[in-house]
This record gives sequence, C-alpha cells and structure tokens, in this order.
Amino acid sequence: MDMLYKIFLDPFVQMASAPDLLVQTLWEGLVSGVLYALIALGFVLIFKASGVFNFAQGIMVVFAALTLVGLHAMLRDWGVSSGTAAAYLALALTVAVMFGLAFTIERLVLRPLVNQPDIILFMATFGMTYFLIGLGELVFGGEPKLMIADDLHLPRGAIDVKMLGGFVSFQKIDIAAAAIASIMVAGLALFFQKTRIGRALRAVADSHKAALSVGISLEQIWVVVWFAAGIVALVTGIMWGARSNVSFALEVIALKALPVLILGGLTSIPGAIVGGLIIGIGEKLGEFYWGPLIGSGIESWLAYVIALLFLLFRPQGLFGERIIERI
Amino acid sequence: MHVKHLALGAIVAAGFAATVMATKAEAQETIYVPLMTYRTGPFAGSGTPIANGMHDYLSMLNERDGGIGGVKLAIEECETGYDTKKGLECYEQVKGKHPVLTNPWSTGITLGLIPKASVDKIPILSMAYGLSASAVGNDFPWVFNPPATYWDGLSMIFRYIGGKEGGLDKLKGKTIGFIFFDGGYGREPIPLLEQYAKDYGFEVKLYPVPAAEMQNQSGLWLNVRRDRPAWMVMWGWGAMNPTAVKEAARINFPMDKFVSIWWGSGEDDARPAGAEAKGFTALNFSAVGANFPAIQDIVKTVVDKGKSQTPKEKVGESHYNKGVYNSVMIAESIRNAQKLTGKKIVTGEDVRRGLETMNITAARWKELGLPEFGSPLAVSCADHNGHQAAYVMQWDGAKWSKVSDWISPMKEKVTPLLDAAAADYVSKNQPWPKRTEPCDKAS
Repeated sequence: MDMLYKIFLDPFVQMASAPDLLVQTLWEGLVSGVLYALIALGFVLIFKASGVFNFAQGIMVVFAALTLVGLHAMLRDWGVSSGTAAAYLALALTVAVMFGLAFTIERLVLRPLVNQPDIILFMATFGMTYFLIGLGELVFGGEPKLMIADDLHLPRGAIDVKMLGGFVSFQKIDIAAAAIASIMVAGLALFFQKTRIGRALRAVADSHKAALSVGISLEQIWVVVWFAAGIVALVTGIMWGARSNVSFALEVIALKALPVLILGGLTSIPGAIVGGLIIGIGEKLGEFYWGPLIGSGIESWLAYVIALLFLLFRPQGLFGERIIERI
Repeated sequence: MHVKHLALGAIVAAGFAATVMATKAEAQETIYVPLMTYRTGPFAGSGTPIANGMHDYLSMLNERDGGIGGVKLAIEECETGYDTKKGLECYEQVKGKHPVLTNPWSTGITLGLIPKASVDKIPILSMAYGLSASAVGNDFPWVFNPPATYWDGLSMIFRYIGGKEGGLDKLKGKTIGFIFFDGGYGREPIPLLEQYAKDYGFEVKLYPVPAAEMQNQSGLWLNVRRDRPAWMVMWGWGAMNPTAVKEAARINFPMDKFVSIWWGSGEDDARPAGAEAKGFTALNFSAVGANFPAIQDIVKTVVDKGKSQTPKEKVGESHYNKGVYNSVMIAESIRNAQKLTGKKIVTGEDVRRGLETMNITAARWKELGLPEFGSPLAVSCADHNGHQAAYVMQWDGAKWSKVSDWISPMKEKVTPLLDAAAADYVSKNQPWPKRTEPCDKAS
C-alpha cells in the first residue's frame, strides 16, 4: 500500500507542494529535450537522404567541438591576440572542416557503396566512428578541453526568478542553448520542407532511382545533408560542451537520440522535435519524482522505457510513416 | 643464381639471429615495467595526467640514474581506455614479457586480475583503488593497495566533516549526499557509509551516475536541491567530476560542503567551473606542485628533452603527482627487491617481497627528492595498504590550496570491516589459495 502511494500519489503531492521545483524540472527537461531533438535531427536528415542510420553522429558532435576548441588554441598560439577573433575564425574554419568531412564521406564512403544493402552503409558509419575517434585523438589529444564559451560570448551565470513560493533558476547558457537549438531546428525544418534542395531531399528519400531519373544529383544531396548534420553536430557540441566540457564522453550523450528516434520515427523532422521534448521532459520528471524510489540514476534507461511505451500504441513512432507491404 | 640465393639466405639468417640476440640481451638487461594507462576515451581527463606522471618519473630514473641499481627500466604503456575487457587483454599481452608488477589503474581491471596474480606470480599494485579488502596481506599476498583504501578515504572525509561540524555527533538528523560513479569503484565505500549513518544518526542519500550520464547530471542535481543534504561526498572519475562540480555550482550548493575523494582532486575536475567552483574541496595523499628536486629532475631530463607527452605547465599538477607517487612505489619496491635478493634483475616474486617491505619514511621522501610529498608510508606482510594519512585541499577558483593537516583514517572502524570483507571474498571464491609466501624480516 505504501509503495502504491509512493508511486501513484506522492509524486503529485510533491508537485503540488513544491511547484517551483516542478517548473525547474520541466525547464531542465525542456533544455535537454531541445538538445536531444537537435541531435536526433542529425540522424533524421541523413536517414531521409540516404537511408542510412548514421552511427557516427555521436562522434561527429565530439569531433566538431574538438575541432573548434583545437583550432582556437592553434590560432592563439599562432599569434591571434584577440580571443573573440580567434573563436569566430575557428568557428568559420570548423564549418569548413565539417563541409570537407561531408564531401570526403560522400566521395570515399557513400559513392562507392551506392546500391549496396543498407546494412553495408550502416556498418560503414561504424567504421567512420572509429576513424573519427582516432583522428580526433591524434590531432587534438584525448584529454577533455574547455569549451571556449567566453570567447564565443556565450552567456554565463543564472537568472533566479522568485515564483510559486520558491525560486526557479534559469541558467543563461541553457536559455541560449534552447533558443539557438530552436532556431536551428525551425530553420532546418523550413529549409528541407520549403526549398528546392529540401524537395530534392524528399525525392531522394522516397526513391534513389526515381530521383536520379528526374535529374536530381544524389552526390550533391548527400554532401548537403551530411554537411547539415555536421553543423547540427557542431552546435550540439558547443552547447553541451559549455554545460560540462568537451570530451569523448559526449559521444555517449548523442546516443540519447536513439529513444527520441524510436519515439519520433526515423524519417520525421517534427517527430525528432516532439520526440526530443517528450524524452527530455519525461526523463527529468521520472528521475526527479520516481527515481528515488528505485535508487536514482534512472535517466539512462528511462528514456527507452518511455519510447517503448509509445511504441506499444504506435509501432511506427509518433510521426513515422506506416509501412504497408503487399505480399 | 644459387650463390645469390645462398648469400641472401645468409644475410636474412644473420639479421634474424642478431635481432633475437639483441632482444634477448635487452630482456636480460632491463626490468620490464608495463603501465596500463588510458589516454583515450571518456576517462582520459583523469587518466592522461596520471599516465604522464608515472611514465615521466620512471623515465627520469632511467635518464638520471641509469635505471634502478644499475639496471634500466623497460617502460611500456598499454592503452586500456579504462575498459575492463581491454585491460585484461593488455595483461595477457604483457604477461609473457615477465613484468615485475602490474598497475591496472581501474577497479574493474584490478578485480579481474586478483585471481590471476598468485598463479602468474605477478604482483598487483593498485594505488588507493581496487578492492579495499586486498589490504589484508594474509588473504591477498599478491595484491597491494597503498597508501590508503577507499574506506580509509571515507573515514578521513568524515574526520574532516566532523572537524567542521564540531564533532561527528552533530551530524545526527542531518542528510549526507553521496554522488558516485555507478560501478564497482563508486559503490566500494557504501558499506562503510551506511555503517557511519547508523553510528552517527544521519541519513544517507545516494546519487548514482551511470557511465552514459556522466555529462548529463542536471536531473540528479535537482534531487540534491530538493533533498538539501548538509554535505555532499563525491566518488567520481573522468568526465563525471567536472560536470558534477559545475552542476553543484548551478544549484548554488555551498561548495565548501562538497568534498571529493582523491580521484576528484584534479585541476581539470574543478577548472571547467572556474570561479564558480571556489570552495570545492577534495582529499589528496600526494603534494601538488613542481617545486620538488625530483620533479625538477623530471623537467630537466625528460620533459625538456622531449621525452615526455606532458606539456611543461602541467608538470606538478595534482593527478600528475599521483602518477609520480605511483612510480615512486614501483621504484622503491624494485630497490627493496634488489636489496633482499642481492640480484640486479629481479622478478615478480622478488618485487612482491619488495612491496611487502616498503617503508618510505619522512627522511626517505626527502632523500628521494620529494620532501613532504606524501605522509610516511609503511607496508607490511599483514597490512598491504598502510592506511596512511591524507589531507584536504580547496579550490580557490584557479588552483588547489592545502586547507588541513594530515588526517589519519579511523583504523578502528575500517580494519574490522576490511577483515570481514576479506573473509567474505575468500569464502565466496573458494578454493582460494592459502598464503604460502613467507614474510620477510623487514616486513
């Protein structure tokens, strides 16, 4: 009886008795959710364009952030005296590196594997993961780096708002992360829904052969999409790196997008956004109100439980396409 | 044509023979010291400076003294990535080269190697980590974990907290939060923590951090904000530590009431939070700084000569010096082994005896060029740990400063628990070999 009370009633009593903590939890969930949505978007874009589940998306986050921080340090060593100038120059160079990476992947990995089974392309992304880990460690070293948040003029500190009998703390970096990620998500969604390239992407997603027959360049679409995924990775790396630091542990965080994808569907941009928010908010609420009942630290698996619960009712995900195959 | 083939064959054979002879000569004339290190992966932040410290001190002995007792050390690193499976593979790789000891540098790897040590006759040096119970020399003759166990560490943290609170009895009715890496290492001190909770009447709140969530702790710290513990104690590693320090600052937790075990005492653990981490405290058993003659010798003979991977400004940092401390113990045990056996080239069996007779007094620390680098350390046949003192240091926003004297562990609390844990381990791992190794006079 006591356990039933703790599961079904006590959390709601807590929410009512300390509403400031509820708002704080929802805010933390929202920030995490937006960042998860951003990571998931990287997966969705590539999956839509090439039918590949890009296992390397996580390491792309680390690689992009490491490149930014590493190039910044190099520029400072080479005599760029202003931290801000070095930071924005490094940012521009990192964008160029991510373009180079997208171009190289298309040339060396995707193009030779055209028309191969999906599993071959999937395995190729595994190979890319290990290659990027090695390259990142070789060039920038394996030890964690500080994100150049100050030089990028990312805000520091918190805004504490007294409300609901307590206070809610809004970290400025979280506000910035939520805002930037929202703009990115909206921008990418618009770009791929409304522009010519976006329509071409959707055509490629439906059928490579049909897209080729109407003159769409597969190579160009792949480069654009991998580049977009690279930019998404860079923004995620900057935001998450500023919240903790830039280390190879960030790669694991990117895999938090998996339950988001299960939930939202692999092919849906709105699915990635809504899925990210549900997972982000759901795991924070679960950790805060129900976690202590089973020893806390439940976030790592709770996200999958939430996703699986949704799948019981919508096996194709929230916004995924229902696949009907005629036999 | 025939002559040509013969000549070619002779050259190849000669080359092969020369290589074999050179390898054999090298193997005979060096003492092989493998270092299991991790400079890659999510734990590289903690692993790299330690690897650098270990490597540089031993290299310095080679450069400055020509090795130990006139024998050069063959130092070889094996990258484990702090992964137990990879660590065990490393062990299998180095085992055949006759290492005089192993440094697993992971509690998981240590636990995997403990049953192998007595069979392969290769002692394990798990400096202040691993299985706390392996301090009991009678049950674990091949395992050494000086200078203090995790349980000693926790007891020293509680002595410090007690000092600040005006007595441990003042903790009655309060809450102590324990944030830990959710693995063997992080869970190691929980039995003693629960015992303390009973003894002193406080409540314990556990906050486990799974490996996948090391950089995603905001939900967990909301729990801390709600539970309002009087003190937070941390048992973290790698990317978990800087994230925890940042999150503590984010919820305005009083940083001077946030204490970490020695593995959270790295500069890179506090630095990312910068000034916001001001007041964060950590236990440590080795000094911080490069102002020691031996460390200056490292700079002169290794770092400045480009024989190290350490950036010069990182020499003397907290974790770097822990690596140095580890290598001092390696070197002292080899020296002891040479003295005990009269041999120059010692084996794992000899070095086990060397470890068991290790006695680094204050005078010896000075002689080594490391005055007051650590508290005096004595290991014996029965006590493979030493249960030595540690001190608390505090982050001032830019660097660590010592804020306490040497604090001794509560041996009276720790020893009975260690004995019980050792007996428990032995009973669960039957048939566990009975100790047959005699004790040396000096131990």
